[in-house]
Amino acid sequence: MKAAVIVFPGSNRERDIAYALELTSGVKPALVWHGDSALPAGTDLVVLPGGFSYGDYLRCGAIAARATVMDAVRAHAARGGLVLGVCNGFQILCEAGLLPGVLMRNAQLKFIARNVHLKVERSDTPFTRRYNAGAVIEVPVAHGEGNFIADAETLKRIEDEGRVLFRYCDASGAVVPQANVNGATNSIAGIVSENRRVLGMMPHPENHVDPAIGSTDGRGLFESLAEALQTA
Amino acid sequence: MKARVTVTLKTGVLDPQGKAIEGALKSLGIDGIGSVRQGKVFDLEIADMDKPAAEAAIKAACEKLLANTVVENYRIELV
Repeated sequence: MKAAVIVFPGSNRERDIAYALELTSGVKPALVWHGDSALPAGTDLVVLPGGFSYGDYLRCGAIAARATVMDAVRAHAARGGLVLGVCNGFQILCEAGLLPGVLMRNAQLKFIARNVHLKVERSDTPFTRRYNAGAVIEVPVAHGEGNFIADAETLKRIEDEGRVLFRYCDASGAVVPQANVNGATNSIAGIVSENRRVLGMMPHPENHVDPAIGSTDGRGLFESLAEALQTA
Repeated sequence: MKARVTVTLKTGVLDPQGKAIEGALKSLGIDGIGSVRQGKVFDLEIADMDKPAAEAAIKAACEKLLANTVVENYRIELV
């Protein structure tokens, strides 16, 4: 694995992501500054970490999506390269047009920081091959704008193509309104691109990788990536 | 030349902030306001150029950055 974690002014989860990647793959990722115009040679995974890039000015992720390095990220995605965007990274991917839809203000207008349950919808992707389809994992969320919406036509396409990878659910795996923390359409917590190589998700799997924290439910995602890139 | 760009949420897009403001107005006892939708206003100073060129530049600014056209509309006024 040769991962590049992009750092924008205001990113604050890049080290958590780097820790999770190194823990599961044994390889330290490169940290790439937003003003760079190229990714390190041989990069096979790009991660856009969480945080508050550019202070969330204008719209969350809007300015980061137009940063210099994003042209290289777009080219990487166009080549079929793997891209993971977590939290603010998901917002940036939507603003950059690499994923459909948009993340709006949480329905309850509150910043939410707590553990949630996610249903893993499918295991046949490079991000989830170490999970079983239907598995329930517990990971934290920490966001004020995670309420996923898209127009009806886009939403239908995402659902018909099976591109929802994670949904908010209760501890038993039931996708119920009470478990939908931010009011996201169809309880969507994470979606993939058409070729399933770009994933955006609001929750933070990188925070549940070390037994010292009490849960390692997020570890499977990074192990999946390590495995996918090893056999590729 | 100056321009004002107004960005508003498209009809049908939920606006929880507008709803909260609506509730606050009601609790202040201000009657007669049916509903509130929140938007953004940008005031732009335009460099010396003719009107069609200015309009084209502002339209590009709206499409590429100022508005997210998935959920927002924009209106341009030259003043």
